[in-house]
Amino acid sequence: MLKRRSVSEITFDYFNIIFLVFSVVIMIYPFLYVVFASLSDPARFAEHSGLLLSPLSLSFDSYKAVFDNPNILNGYKNTLVYLLVGTTINMALTTLGAYSLSLRKLKMRNYIMMGIVFTMLFNGGLIPTYILIKNLHFIDSIWAITLPSAISTMNLIIMRTSFQSIPASLEESARIDGANDLVIFARIMIPLSIPVISVMILFYGVGNWNAWFNASIYLRSREKYPLQLILREILIQNSTDSMMTGAAASDDKSLVSETIKYATIVVATVPILMVYPMLQKYFVKGVMVGAIKG
Amino acid sequence: MQKSVSVTKFKNKTNPLIALKKDLTLNKCAYLMLAPVILYYLIFQYFPLYGAQIAFKDFEFSRGIIGSKFIGFENFVEFFNAFYFWRIIRNTIVLSLYNIVFGFPAPIILALLINEVKSTTFKRITQTLTYLPHFISMVVICGLILDFTSRGGVVNDLLHLFGVPPTAFMLEPQWFRTIYVSTDIWQQVGWGSIIYLAALTGINQELYEACNVDGAGRWKQLITVTLPGIAPTIIIMLILRMGKLMDVGLEKVMLLYNSNTYETADIISTFVYRKGLIDMSYSYSAAVGLFNSAICFVFLIIVNNISRRVNETSLW
Repeated sequence: MLKRRSVSEITFDYFNIIFLVFSVVIMIYPFLYVVFASLSDPARFAEHSGLLLSPLSLSFDSYKAVFDNPNILNGYKNTLVYLLVGTTINMALTTLGAYSLSLRKLKMRNYIMMGIVFTMLFNGGLIPTYILIKNLHFIDSIWAITLPSAISTMNLIIMRTSFQSIPASLEESARIDGANDLVIFARIMIPLSIPVISVMILFYGVGNWNAWFNASIYLRSREKYPLQLILREILIQNSTDSMMTGAAASDDKSLVSETIKYATIVVATVPILMVYPMLQKYFVKGVMVGAIKG
Repeated sequence: MQKSVSVTKFKNKTNPLIALKKDLTLNKCAYLMLAPVILYYLIFQYFPLYGAQIAFKDFEFSRGIIGSKFIGFENFVEFFNAFYFWRIIRNTIVLSLYNIVFGFPAPIILALLINEVKSTTFKRITQTLTYLPHFISMVVICGLILDFTSRGGVVNDLLHLFGVPPTAFMLEPQWFRTIYVSTDIWQQVGWGSIIYLAALTGINQELYEACNVDGAGRWKQLITVTLPGIAPTIIIMLILRMGKLMDVGLEKVMLLYNSNTYETADIISTFVYRKGLIDMSYSYSAAVGLFNSAICFVFLIIVNNISRRVNETSLW
């Protein structure tokens, strides 16, 4: 009896591993395909059909073309600016708000918190927000990109819960030494919350790096476009246009552009893929706390 | 000590203004730190809420929110009578339901399978790699979907091997939901499993030992210990998910749809976008948006109340 069970368990373990490996391959193969295609010779890639298991005659032409493209470089630069300014604002407001709302001594704390949580359940919507941004004269400026999404309420709640879990005794002893709230915040709370803070920086950073919608409705001049809007032109609009008109990639220029497309994706995605695995062990903290207490 | 506490409580009750003033002066520093946050919520969250009144007006930028002419429910009536009203409601609900039915169990199953793996290295690598699609931008994901499913794309190349004639999938309305939902599962299943994996580590290990003593197999352990152990998390996540039934984000649909697929792809939020920001019918679009927000809000409250009655688990 015992032996038979262990046989079925071993079978299950094998199938489980095979299934998970298969899932992982499905998860990452599209990106491997992109990397292989971006490193392929444009002409050979155009003739190829089906899956790719390695680059077709290694060539860096597409990457050269990407780094020669002023639009992409400019978009990259804009994205970096929006990312730095945006994430700084995100973090400043989120940590300040989360800390002060974690202080039990504040009498109005619960009312303010209710007011904040309500915005998660009900909001004015796209058009009233657009009108607000227009009335603030933020159209076509960096503030239209960074300010409307300055605080994610979910992240605020996660940070607040994390501050609340820090033992009160630490805070009390500092208070006896005459430290005020700002000093306690900067000297005690922040250093003790580095793991959660780094996850928050990652969440906000990835959000800012990947954001395109606000930029697409609020920015007017092309030289201010972030990378994702340039990518949208290259990946979505062109492909939809060619789909609708039925035009096939035939002339030499569009041959090159197929692989350039993939090289652009790689260039736009690699920075994020470098960062997130390093913070993986902290993810649970970031995701868990918020979802349960939210 | 006891006495002084009750005295201050009494005072607070008699004059809330004085109590408020005392609170503000005592905690000046904390409230100053909170001020920019409150300002953010007032300006960027509550002002649009105030601005939502343009749904009942004929808004013009030159007249402003207050100065625009009040027209009552005209915008709403026009929307309810429009021929695409049922189409976008149906598309929103169907897309969302498909996403829940197929997308909700996926991360739970993945978490349970990862949990059964003994090697921690294998576990960690699997997790890292399944999180990957979550971090890729929607523009890139949708660009790849359009590329792979196009006439000359990889999917058609593979189908060709089996003799299937090529299809431009994203031009066919009947394929839209399948592609939307399956790619959504693909992108979010790994990330969604984190919360269940965390819940799984919280299960009391003694229960498993007791199972081993009783001779219960792994299937039995799954049914009697593991699933009940993560049930509260599953229920909360399901409430959150059901509460968002009518709230389908516009980014992915906007990047994937085109005029050929409106029949199945056009949802409330993309309709609001087109009417408001392309056609510039601000008030009409705001009315549709407000209608959607109100439905979402009511729906979340209903789902939460049902859950509180049935399971004694609720968000508030």
